[in-house]
Amino acid sequence: MAAGVAAWLPFARAAAIGWMPVANCPMPLAPADKNKRQDELIVLNVSGRRFQTWRTTLERYPDTLLGSTEKEFFFNEDTKEYFFDRDPEVFRCVLNFYRTGKLHYPRYECISAYDDELAFYGILPEIIGDCCYEEYKDRKRENAERLMDDNDSENNQESMPSLSFRQTMWRAFENPHTSTLALVFYYVTGFFIAVSVITNVVETVPCGTVPGSKELPCGERYSVAFFCLDTACVMIFTVEYLLRLFAAPSRYRFIRSVMSIIDVVAIMPYYIGLVMTNNEDVSGAFVTLRVFRVFRIFKFSRHSQGLRILGYTLKSCASELGFLLFSLTMAIIIFATVMFYAEKGSSASKFTSIPASFWYTIVTMTTLGYGDMVPKTIAGKIFGSICSLSGVLVIALPVPVIVSNFSRIYHQNQRADKRRAQKKARLARIRVAKTGSSNAYLHSKRNGLLTEAMELMGTPEEGHVGKSTSLAESQHHHLLHCLEKTTNHEFIDEQMFEQNCMESSMQNYPSTRSPSLSSHPGLTTTCCSRRSKKTTHLPNSNLPATRLRSMQELSTIHIQGSEQPSLTTSRSSLNLKADDGLRPNCKTSQITTAIISIPTPPARSPEGESRPPPASPGPNTNIPSVASNVVKVSAL
Amino acid sequence: MVRQRPGRMWAEGESEGLQTLGIVVVLCSSLKLLHYLGLIDLSDDKIEDELEMTMVCHRPEGLEQLEAQTNFTKRELQVLYRGFKNECPSGVVNEETFKQIYAQFFPHGDASMYAHYLFHAFDTTQTGSVKFEDFVTALSILLRGTVHEKLRWTFNLYDINKDGYINKEEMMDIVKAIYDMMGKYTYPVLKEDTPRQHVDVFFQKMDKNKDGIVTLDEFLESCQEDDNIMRSLQLFQNVM
Repeated sequence: MAAGVAAWLPFARAAAIGWMPVANCPMPLAPADKNKRQDELIVLNVSGRRFQTWRTTLERYPDTLLGSTEKEFFFNEDTKEYFFDRDPEVFRCVLNFYRTGKLHYPRYECISAYDDELAFYGILPEIIGDCCYEEYKDRKRENAERLMDDNDSENNQESMPSLSFRQTMWRAFENPHTSTLALVFYYVTGFFIAVSVITNVVETVPCGTVPGSKELPCGERYSVAFFCLDTACVMIFTVEYLLRLFAAPSRYRFIRSVMSIIDVVAIMPYYIGLVMTNNEDVSGAFVTLRVFRVFRIFKFSRHSQGLRILGYTLKSCASELGFLLFSLTMAIIIFATVMFYAEKGSSASKFTSIPASFWYTIVTMTTLGYGDMVPKTIAGKIFGSICSLSGVLVIALPVPVIVSNFSRIYHQNQRADKRRAQKKARLARIRVAKTGSSNAYLHSKRNGLLTEAMELMGTPEEGHVGKSTSLAESQHHHLLHCLEKTTNHEFIDEQMFEQNCMESSMQNYPSTRSPSLSSHPGLTTTCCSRRSKKTTHLPNSNLPATRLRSMQELSTIHIQGSEQPSLTTSRSSLNLKADDGLRPNCKTSQITTAIISIPTPPARSPEGESRPPPASPGPNTNIPSVASNVVKVSAL
Repeated sequence: MVRQRPGRMWAEGESEGLQTLGIVVVLCSSLKLLHYLGLIDLSDDKIEDELEMTMVCHRPEGLEQLEAQTNFTKRELQVLYRGFKNECPSGVVNEETFKQIYAQFFPHGDASMYAHYLFHAFDTTQTGSVKFEDFVTALSILLRGTVHEKLRWTFNLYDINKDGYINKEEMMDIVKAIYDMMGKYTYPVLKEDTPRQHVDVFFQKMDKNKDGIVTLDEFLESCQEDDNIMRSLQLFQNVM
């Protein structure tokens, strides 16, 4: 429940009068306002700057420093004000949080100073409002990276814990600076990639003439030498690939990665060539395969960070590039068509067809102007000039847009991912707050029953059950309680609901229970025989899970002290079990729970083994007989 | 010759026509391209003016007047107004805000229908917005009024169409709205006809002459006979 809305609680409670005539049962009593003080101004002196606010404003968030009694530690008797020796600038934001319910992050503030102040006042940074949350997270991430960099540079000198051989190898491959051997390997492979690429290039250079035949490329003249070089390079690459494959932590993922595909494509032609040399038909295809050897140059991307970044940015700007291509294609087709029809009339025109005009259009639009195709008619020349002008526009304009898009899209992608993650976190926070408030009610309901039970017992055990809820909260819970009474139904949480659904489909004898167990003496003043209704479902272990869970700790203690035979823990057998075995269980367990007072957080899932004996939700006045063997434990 | 001429002229005309067409096409497509690139704006749509937020700012009457009209003291009115103004800085609550505020108190289920009926009970003048005076007047009745006034206010709440009678459909709506606030996860499980049964019980109690509608007098009489209701009406006596 938001703090600001707490001011509307009187209205909500007053509106509850609308339920009264409809309700069938009497309403529970309202919580009394024990310390009804007039609202007073309190003075907060933060390093000399005085802030004043209402006391109730601060009490909206009772789990922070200012909202709880912790601030009494800072009360200055002489000046009758609360003195904090902290930063007044950040305190402004903190106090605004109490007033408006939103926590803002000032941009000029240092992130770690801000975090320190929030921690001091007991405020979680997650409550920061959406308007400032992104900025806060960005700064926090930068700070964390800075800290991490510092830590890394410290840790580099330290010796790593011993990794397995495979892991060391993988680390050596990924980060060549870890050891000299890795560095040597890195440079050797780099050298051989260079050698291989240069070999491929030089192979095709004409290398002087052998007397009696035409000029040969070097590859054919010194074929043996080139073949040896190629073999050496391919062997090195193969060994490297196999080593990487061996060392990879996830071989399947490694095989699918881009770099390994490039490796494979680079060395495959050689092996295929070995296999297929003698077959004349496929030697043409074999020659084509040699083209793939040029892919070896991409192996350099392992050695160059810049290439990798370029590849990534091209991938992320694919849509802009696509748009550029699309607009170019459109323009080319238009102009080619126009030129073709314009030049159709002239004789001996090179523009024989529209596709033939494509070449002219491309050359003109990119301002290359080879001059192999030239328009001769006037209309053709007009359109040709329009074409070259628009070519400048079409190409020159999107390029800076793309360049700026690179950086914009890059950052935008990062921000979009962050926002998506934050959105999930934000929704989760809202959900948690919602379930928190509903859980708080269920929780306090249990506490309330236990306190009532203890009061009935007349044994004021040590202190109170759980932490005292604020007045507003108790009033809110009373309101929800009235709603329950009006409709004759109760709030429970989700898991219990599902359990009940399953139960109701399995069991079908609640009716036989009620007469036997309704003979309990009148327990409390709550109406509608709610207690007996609960107890009807006991034998079928149909308890609200909240009770089960809170009794878990009790049950483990109780089972040890119990004289009952070992209870079966499976639900089905409990269902089928006969009544008589269970009724005595109820009695003893009731006693145990009455004495031991524990509220436990309701979110724990019931463990299978410790499924407790069906416990009555409250105390029972027919206590005394079996009280002797009960273990008295305080588990506060 | 004559035959060729028209043919040749036709061929020339054809290429001329094609050229003109080509020019037109090129111009249009280049304009379109520029528009697509966002460099020129060819659209005819007027830029829609942003919806002006109707900043209706309402200030309530003076504190003394409100104190005279209601059963609250000055201090209580001050506290109420502070909370009211915090949530609604413009001084009026519209139905959406009302529903949102009310929904925060009932996170389990859906409080919007009941809030809707409440809003129309608060908004006595049916203007669609609740000012601070209406708010405080209704609260004064609910918290500090006599039993008679409270019951009459409740009757007004149940009477959705404000015709002076409560019939079964209106009651069904109200009870359904109340049950909606409980949400799904209840113990015991909410069945489909639970609201209907509830309404039947209510009508049995309230409808004295069994004519299917409950008038104000029947309602007052039945409520005053029921001790539970009488006691629960006093429940929120010291809310402020």
